[in-house]
Amino acid sequence: MKKLKIKPSTRSSFTTYAIVTAAFIAVQIMISTGSASNMFKGLLIPFCVYSIAAASLNLTVGILGELSLGQAGFMCIGAYSSAIFSVCTKDTITSAWIRFPIALLIGGIFAAIFGILIGIPVLRLRGDYLAIVTLAFGEIIKNVFNALYVGYDSSGLHFSLTSQGDLNLAPDGKMLINGALGVKGMPQDSTFVIGFVVLLLTLIILYNFIYSSTGRAVMSIRDNRIAAESVGLNITKYKLITFGLTAFLAGVAGAIFSHNLSTLQASKFDYNLSILILVFVVLGGIGSIRGSVIAAIVLTYLPEVLRKLNSDFGKYRMLIYSVVLIVMMIFTSNAKIRGFFAASFAKLKGLIIKDKNTPAKEAE
Amino acid sequence: MALLEVKKLGISFGGLRAVDDFSVSIEKGDLYGLIGPNGAGKTTIFNLLTGVYKPTDGSITLDGVNITGKSTIEINKAGIARTFQNIRLFSKLSVLDNVKAGLTNKYRYSTATGIFRLPKYFRLEREMTERALELLRPFELDGDADVIAANLPYGKQRKLEIARALATDPKLLLLDEPAAGMNPKETAGLMNTILTVRDDFGVTVLLIEHDMALVSGICEKLSVLNFGQLLCEGPTGQVLNDPEVIKAYLGE
Repeated sequence: MKKLKIKPSTRSSFTTYAIVTAAFIAVQIMISTGSASNMFKGLLIPFCVYSIAAASLNLTVGILGELSLGQAGFMCIGAYSSAIFSVCTKDTITSAWIRFPIALLIGGIFAAIFGILIGIPVLRLRGDYLAIVTLAFGEIIKNVFNALYVGYDSSGLHFSLTSQGDLNLAPDGKMLINGALGVKGMPQDSTFVIGFVVLLLTLIILYNFIYSSTGRAVMSIRDNRIAAESVGLNITKYKLITFGLTAFLAGVAGAIFSHNLSTLQASKFDYNLSILILVFVVLGGIGSIRGSVIAAIVLTYLPEVLRKLNSDFGKYRMLIYSVVLIVMMIFTSNAKIRGFFAASFAKLKGLIIKDKNTPAKEAE
Repeated sequence: MALLEVKKLGISFGGLRAVDDFSVSIEKGDLYGLIGPNGAGKTTIFNLLTGVYKPTDGSITLDGVNITGKSTIEINKAGIARTFQNIRLFSKLSVLDNVKAGLTNKYRYSTATGIFRLPKYFRLEREMTERALELLRPFELDGDADVIAANLPYGKQRKLEIARALATDPKLLLLDEPAAGMNPKETAGLMNTILTVRDDFGVTVLLIEHDMALVSGICEKLSVLNFGQLLCEGPTGQVLNDPEVIKAYLGE
């Protein structure tokens, strides 16, 4: 029997799980000792939401190699479908521990269905064209929800795309989606613990997907489409699976997001959100799931910290934020600077562990 | 009955007749060469055989099954695998993963099995790795299994492409200029590899090549193509001495 050798893929994924878990424990200690500010506590759930959204988008951008700007649209679908479910069932299913997981699944499944439906025509396009069309679909989803009025009464569900009055609700009727005013009355089921658990599950799903034969096939298609076809890989099928999984996880992120709000409005899911999530992915490193999570947390936290510093400085926070973005972009895209960091990191590692093997690194 | 039976194959791109009235019959176990001057339509014939292009005329039959006009994926499942003139590897994947990608359809498990790491995942992944290493061994690539494909030296990249094609368990292997860019020593090694592939894996080989040392060294039969049309076919020695063939290559 040989010496037990851990595969580089296993090491990479478990390092990420360990980092996330350690961060969770650190935060829990901070909360229990009272050293966490209210601002920080308020950001914990957004950290989880953006991390999940960014890590899952990296599946499409980094592993499949296609640029998608529809992430906010899928989050929107997940947010609305789960919110409606929770509003309707909060009186019948009283336990949040049962209701919320179902809501998360519903958010994910609805987003995945839309992801696949949109993916069938859209994934024929590539590169910039795909980015533009997904951006457009994201906006369509947002605007449809913005103009949608849904209510129910004893005679059933009522829909309208014009105004609340057109619903013709009976006096006992109840509004579910009130156009641009959105959905009200979701139970506040999102907690940091649930957010963390879902984030960890997301990471496990993503890593297991990447290091399975499906993930290998998807990366083969990314690296060389023609060669992938020549060994019998069904391009459309693998693209749809990847796009569907990305949408599913975005939907789950949207569901966590909506259960942290008192009012859910579609305007929150505009293209700025899609681009913000893409920025997390690009700065964290395309193809690096761990990087996406770290970038999402750092770049969500940074503007809030700058806002708090002091009132004069706070005015310039968006300016500072954008300068940080540019500097990070230069640092992560410059091969020489990256090489310098990699070399110093390797030296540091060599001092700690005398281990000379360099693992294969395709998607950490 | 022949393994590959091509009858009156033709394709036009607009007004250009790239391949016209091309017929060939390849027996099981043959090591068959397809030669001709640049632009004669050799790679186009490979693209027709593998479904990259759909023929405008004629028929292709593999082992008694009509595969004319089928998609690349269906043709691969029917039993044709190929390599490319300009190497097309999965460049960011390891050598092992390149071959395992080729094994995807033979060791099929669902995406859910992979995500939930069911016992079947571990069993099939182990079998795949064993099979992939078995495929890499004759090419002396098993020692490089963890190397990223793009970092391999050129000669090894060519070999890896052949190993990946063999992973799909083909009946017929198409090699598009396997010796391109190799020095005479590497070519000699490649000739042995191709013979090993034919004999040990039991595949029939059809290859395009400009290197006459390789063609006369290992091909048993040849077809010569010129301006999209069949110029001459037959046993290698006879074809290479044919005055028409010499004229096509060297001019009058």
